[in-house]
Amino acid sequence: VFPWFGLDIGGTLVKLVYFEPKDITAEEEVEEVENLKSIRKYLTSNVAYGSTGIRDVHLELKDLTMCGRKGNLHFIRFPTHDMPAFIQMGSEKEFTSLHTTLCATGGGAYKFEQDFRTMGDLQLRKLDELDCLIKGVLYIDSVGFNGHSECYYFENPTDAEKCQKLPFNLENPYPLLLVNIGSGVSILAVYSKENYKRVTGTSLGGGTFYGLCCLLTGCSTFEEALEMASHGDSTKVDKLVRDIYGGDYERFGLPGWAVASSFGNMMSKEKRESVSKEDLAKATLITITNNIGSIARMCALNENINRVVFVGNFLRINTISMRLLAYALDYWSKGQLKALFLEHEGYFGAVGALLELLDSA
Amino acid sequence: GGSLTKLAYYSTVQHKVARVRSFDHSGKDIENEPLYEISVQEEITARLHFIKFENTYIETCLDFIKDHLVNTETKVIKATGGGAYKFKDLIEKKLGLKVDKEDVMTCLIKGCNFVLRNIPHEVFAYQKDSDTEFRFQTNHPNIFPYLLVNIGSGVSIVKVETEDKFEWIGGSSIGGGTFWGLGALLTKTKKFDELLQLASKGQHTNVDMLVKDVYGGAYQTLGLSGNLIASSFGKSTTADKEFSKEDMAKSLLHMISNDIGQLACLYAKLHNLDKIYFGGFFIRGHPVTMRTITYSINFFSKGEVQALFLRHEGYLGAIGAFLKGAEQDNPNQYSWGENYAGSSGLMSTSPDVYPMQRTRSGTFDMLEMDRLERPLVNLPLLKDPSTYIPDTVDLTDDAMARKYWLTCFEEALDGVAKRAAASQPDSVDALERAEKFRQKYWNKLQTLRQQPFAYGTLTVRSLLDTREHCLNEFNFPDPYSKVKQKENGIALKCFQSVIESLDSLGWEERQFALVKGLLAGNVFDWGAKAVSDVLESEPQFGFEEAKSKLQERPWLEDSYSQWLERLKEGPPHKCALIFADNSGIDIILGVFPFVRELLSRGTEVILACNSGPALNDVTYSESLIVAERIAAMDPVIQSALREEKLLLVQTGSSSPCLDLSRLDKGLAVLVRERKTDLVIIEGMGRAIHTNYYAALKCESLKLAVIKNSWLADRLGGKIFSVIFKYEVPCK
Repeated sequence: VFPWFGLDIGGTLVKLVYFEPKDITAEEEVEEVENLKSIRKYLTSNVAYGSTGIRDVHLELKDLTMCGRKGNLHFIRFPTHDMPAFIQMGSEKEFTSLHTTLCATGGGAYKFEQDFRTMGDLQLRKLDELDCLIKGVLYIDSVGFNGHSECYYFENPTDAEKCQKLPFNLENPYPLLLVNIGSGVSILAVYSKENYKRVTGTSLGGGTFYGLCCLLTGCSTFEEALEMASHGDSTKVDKLVRDIYGGDYERFGLPGWAVASSFGNMMSKEKRESVSKEDLAKATLITITNNIGSIARMCALNENINRVVFVGNFLRINTISMRLLAYALDYWSKGQLKALFLEHEGYFGAVGALLELLDSA
Repeated sequence: GGSLTKLAYYSTVQHKVARVRSFDHSGKDIENEPLYEISVQEEITARLHFIKFENTYIETCLDFIKDHLVNTETKVIKATGGGAYKFKDLIEKKLGLKVDKEDVMTCLIKGCNFVLRNIPHEVFAYQKDSDTEFRFQTNHPNIFPYLLVNIGSGVSIVKVETEDKFEWIGGSSIGGGTFWGLGALLTKTKKFDELLQLASKGQHTNVDMLVKDVYGGAYQTLGLSGNLIASSFGKSTTADKEFSKEDMAKSLLHMISNDIGQLACLYAKLHNLDKIYFGGFFIRGHPVTMRTITYSINFFSKGEVQALFLRHEGYLGAIGAFLKGAEQDNPNQYSWGENYAGSSGLMSTSPDVYPMQRTRSGTFDMLEMDRLERPLVNLPLLKDPSTYIPDTVDLTDDAMARKYWLTCFEEALDGVAKRAAASQPDSVDALERAEKFRQKYWNKLQTLRQQPFAYGTLTVRSLLDTREHCLNEFNFPDPYSKVKQKENGIALKCFQSVIESLDSLGWEERQFALVKGLLAGNVFDWGAKAVSDVLESEPQFGFEEAKSKLQERPWLEDSYSQWLERLKEGPPHKCALIFADNSGIDIILGVFPFVRELLSRGTEVILACNSGPALNDVTYSESLIVAERIAAMDPVIQSALREEKLLLVQTGSSSPCLDLSRLDKGLAVLVRERKTDLVIIEGMGRAIHTNYYAALKCESLKLAVIKNSWLADRLGGKIFSVIFKYEVPCK
């Protein structure tokens, strides 16, 4: 029974995947109820919904076969604080009359369950976010990205000139370390489709970058924060090894360019007055990214895994962080660890939720 | 350092010591002569000083060094830390010495090893919401391997495997500088201490996104509590809301502490280590950060790793630099003891309650360590040296006991000062020095009332030792020397009649009389107020009077029957080690007859007395004279001494209590050689305040008379109750 949705309600963003059937028979067309048709039209004919909803058109998966049906998979996101409006809309569109189950994952599936019931007269099927995440990753990787590889890596990450994005074949994925960077970070060790564990997590994630940037620069969107960061110079803000030792600290094998103290220069009043907002945004981005890289590297060592896949919306349009993660993992592990990335960054949980819906049908 | 200078220097200290010397008695009237001669001599000992002060005083300090630099051989001064670079020229110009810059981390580790090895109760864990926030650890015989996490502006994680082998295994750029720098940007507060103050008043939940903000409650599948932070600063992702400085500072503190704790745990796990010492300016004396770091380590390691802190963490670099400079002397070949009189102790954990003290010790602080003449080691007979705790009651833990003993020492102080002055009637400034002593010890007691953990775990032993250190500081090396001399003389005169009456008894009666004699002798303790009052007012109070004071059997702790059974049925012991207590009647009429009986049974005896004076406790040199005089009267003792079946040794200690983990190496060697199978510990200080629960590998006898009504009450008895504890280790 259509419609097919998968919903992932995170701390900051709601991710929605929608399967648009393209093989609707004339008979079905006739039978299709009016509000179902209107939902389909609304979602597929727009790229923005309200003032905050966005469809990532470039991620759309075309001519996908799911459960014997052919169609396109759409990827839509909007901020979690707009959840009430979303539920309201579901109620107005009489979603409940469609007799479908709404599969949802992420913390919001729990937090908003009551609202869905009372405001939208909708029963949610709550799914564990880590189960969904892994399911989604494995599925999307297996179907590929419209004929291209879903997974990629950076070759020569330590060389800015030669560094380039290349496809990676994740056919035999296990074991792998999956690092999901949303508002916070979860790190999973995955040994097989069913066998995985959450190794650890950190509260220093995308939310921290964005939150600190808002406080330090007054920016009001994630995109704005990233844009500022791309024009900043973090070495004015951070204290580097060479700022302390004049060069490399050979006793410990530390290169002079390494950050010795994030925001360390900001202890001095003069330096606080001489940095720009862009510099601060860049330093925040570098600090959070390096820290995630460092924790991921230690987990990989402890778990004896050498492939690390980074996902999550923190990486969206964030090449600086991806390159830095690739670089840091390669450099500090002396080439032992490889950082991998996936095109559909933050949508795997929602995809997993959709797959659960189809599995149960 | 960035704002404080830490200076380590070595000095020779001239101070007075009491010496005893036997007279040549031949042809003299022994009856009216004192037993031996007491003289006060000057002795030179070595001391290590560590001083911490603000960098603004560096010139004053250099002038001081210039005036006191006696060793003209010195050509080089070792320096480490950021300031070493900054002040290099100044130091070289002022002192005419070459500044040798030493690697910061090498110095830090060297210093760390030194304090871990030499200062008892150096290490503590922080415990939240407890009456005593600091929980001190006993020194483990093997300090390696450990992880040192130094949180300066960044974080360095170092694995230390042996004295000279350490490795930088990782680090993080998110450290104290991040808290300070980012904190200054967010709150416009410039000082590190003020930022911590802000943080301690804030609510991080206003700024951080918690698990419950995402889930509405806990994330149950993973067992993550709703109050966990899901995303630090996750609620500040908005341009139109204001956040309070306090809340942001608190959130930042949690973010950084958690991150450091998490990384430290990951490194500890990878290297299979369970001890992490934390240091650096982020930690130094700040309960707020100790608390958050401890929380983080407990959370991320699930309790498997312990976050540990050091009392003298701020000095490690200076100590290490000093040790580098003193390598030819090899300070590590000696044992060192913290001098309580000259050390300012750990600062208060509650800056809000005692702001003055906080300011004082934050900027000026000192530590002194005396070089001990002989190296100290564990008693080889300790059952488990790593868990041995000498002290019976932890006064930092037990507020009732702490109040009682502090008051008790306060009340006795005037008397002690008076006696000290009286012990040097010929000295013109004795009264003045006694008053200075009184003032100093009084101040120490007041400090301890407010900060019980200032010198590690507070115990009756540390209170007694501090008093001895303060007396020494004002040149009262042995206030009881004359009292001891007189009492030894009197007791010696009674020795033969005591032996005769013992010899007239049957075997079983004699065993009981010997034990009773030992206990009665132990009544003569000038350290106990109840006894010193009696001895002051009734000078004729003697051995028989003491026996009559003793509790009748059954005693408060009474395993006499088992002891008697053991003597009757078992083979003679190979060798007994006896720790003696008081001079006079105790050693001469109590211990020596007992020793004599053991010798007659074929048991060898090692008699251990204190190396230096404490109260009226018998010292090693006094015991030599006493033994010599007894030998002249008694053939059993005489032949035992000659055939080395009775050996007199020193404990290495000058305390009225006994720490079996810090004993003279010579004693330990002898104990092993003679295959000692019985340890006898006598007296309240050695067998009750300390070692009451000490477990040994061989048979032991702990006996004492309780001469303090409060303690008696605590143990469920009355004053002059008897403790006779005979223990056999379980096989």
